[in-house]
Amino acid sequence: MKVDVTNVSWSVAGVQIVREVSLRCAPGSFVGLIGPNGSGKSSLLRTIYRVLQPDAGHILLDADDVWRMSARKAAQRIAVVLQEHGGEFDFSVREMVLMGRSPHKNLLDRDTAEDMRIVDDALSKVGMRSFAERSFLTLSGGEKQRVLVARALAQQTRFLVLDEPTNHLDIHYQLEVLDLVRGLGVTTIAAMHDLNLAALYCDQIYVLKGGQVVASGPPEAVLTPELIYSVYRVRAEVAPHPTTGRLHVVFLPLGMMTEGVDAESR
Amino acid sequence: MSQATTTSVQATTQPLAASRLGFGALLAVLAGALLLSITLAVMVGPVPLAPDLVWRVALHQLAPGLIEPDWEAFQENIIWEIRFPRVLLGAVVGGGLAVVGAAMQALVRNPLADPYLLGVSSGASLGAVAVILLGITWFGVFSLSIAAFLGALLAFICVYALARQGGRLTTGRLILSGVAVSYVLAALTNFLIYNARDGNQVRSVLFWMLGGLGGARWEFLGLPAVALIAGTLALTVQSRSLNALSVGEETAVTLGVDTNRFRKQIFALTSLLTGTLVAVSGGIGFVGLMLPHIVRLLVGADHRRLLPVAALSGAIFLIWVDVLARVIVAPEELPIGIITALLGAPFFIWLMRRTSGALGGGR
Repeated sequence: MKVDVTNVSWSVAGVQIVREVSLRCAPGSFVGLIGPNGSGKSSLLRTIYRVLQPDAGHILLDADDVWRMSARKAAQRIAVVLQEHGGEFDFSVREMVLMGRSPHKNLLDRDTAEDMRIVDDALSKVGMRSFAERSFLTLSGGEKQRVLVARALAQQTRFLVLDEPTNHLDIHYQLEVLDLVRGLGVTTIAAMHDLNLAALYCDQIYVLKGGQVVASGPPEAVLTPELIYSVYRVRAEVAPHPTTGRLHVVFLPLGMMTEGVDAESR
Repeated sequence: MSQATTTSVQATTQPLAASRLGFGALLAVLAGALLLSITLAVMVGPVPLAPDLVWRVALHQLAPGLIEPDWEAFQENIIWEIRFPRVLLGAVVGGGLAVVGAAMQALVRNPLADPYLLGVSSGASLGAVAVILLGITWFGVFSLSIAAFLGALLAFICVYALARQGGRLTTGRLILSGVAVSYVLAALTNFLIYNARDGNQVRSVLFWMLGGLGGARWEFLGLPAVALIAGTLALTVQSRSLNALSVGEETAVTLGVDTNRFRKQIFALTSLLTGTLVAVSGGIGFVGLMLPHIVRLLVGADHRRLLPVAALSGAIFLIWVDVLARVIVAPEELPIGIITALLGAPFFIWLMRRTSGALGGGR
């Protein structure tokens, strides 16, 4: 599925949070959104998954405007992994993932064996199959996150939106979840904090600052020391990693720099 | 991941079939327990009655001519005109409050919500108290119930109008509006009570506000029973959306729920159902708060199981609380709300301590 975001703006209480953002996800591509805190990444994603209605612009899945679809139709085509974590009520892991099937269900439909197979499959893919009967509320942050990824998988959409999907995960599962998502071959847009993960997994990166796209392109074109400095105010060295062949970003904290210089001059 | 995929080869339909069987059995057991509770509750009272007599009289009433009456007229009168309506009303109100409580907790995504959170019972109280104190009898025996229902409707309309913001209904505004409207209506009610001259009137007002099933008649049963069954069905078919909403607002949107419209529907449905129940029983507290939690411990949070089981358990629960209300200080009787509160408050504290991690910044 192809995703086109055109001139989308969104403001709250007179403050413009998202400013005329345009971006495009080619079918099957993995698109990363990076930018500092408050740059509008999450707000932009919310306009895409229909929580915040844009003041202007439109968002097309293939040729269809998401804001002209019913909530249900949209949920049949977009699956989202949120940072929101599960509420106060005691659902089992299986029940949580089974919710991913609800956009495909009419009011009187029952869960079929096929639904259960899809749920088990999704849980296996995130390594949570043996947790199926556990209470979701008793899981660790990382386990919860993997269950929510499984729910998105169970939704079986051609488009996946991830809002900082690896937030609560340790490194092993960060890589595993991103590998998994890439391996699905579905169009994906993800807000990401970790520039090295973005460099490893993204086909295209869009950089947001103050609600605007300030740079976009493949990682090699976007992740330059100059851009990182201008967006994050951090000095960095960027070079292809000898093993992965992908870009690797090393941050150079000011404090350590001066210490290093002092030691040399002595 | 690899070790998990090896275990996933097992038959996957088994837990589904097993849970359905288990759930069907649970419903059957509860239905049996409800029938038994109704029988026992009709038997208990100043005039003890045998179980077979209870059902022979009932059968005689439902299908006259089938059985030759061999009982005294006063027994038939007690069974059919006094105890049956009361016990059945207890079942309807208890079941209804438990169902509404569960739906309300999902609606505002708060385990401490109950059917009265959004002002419905305050409105009903105002209506009832006005009728009692002003001596209005425009609708005969139905005056009190109709006034209480109109009061509940008034509260619902006020809360709805206040909570709407640009066509949207947000949870926060819903709760704030509900609380504000409750206070205003309670103030008006208290003003009326304060100005009442007649001590007997004040006593009957108090009795009504604490809730009770003493006024039960067959005429009061039909509408609430229909409302309970229709309401429970309407909520149960929306279970998937209730599940999604109870997990989170944004989650619900991403799972295909039109949250704005859905919240309005659920708010209207729960308010009308609560109004219907409160109109015939007063404000019986704690049932709508406690029962959903107890049922969740039993069958989990999925509303497809929660709502039907809550309806049956709430019915059984209130039947027995009403039996207590009748026998503890017999031949007098206690307002049922006093007993539910006495049972409910310790439960509330237990609940608070149990969930404090999740409720108080545990995330």
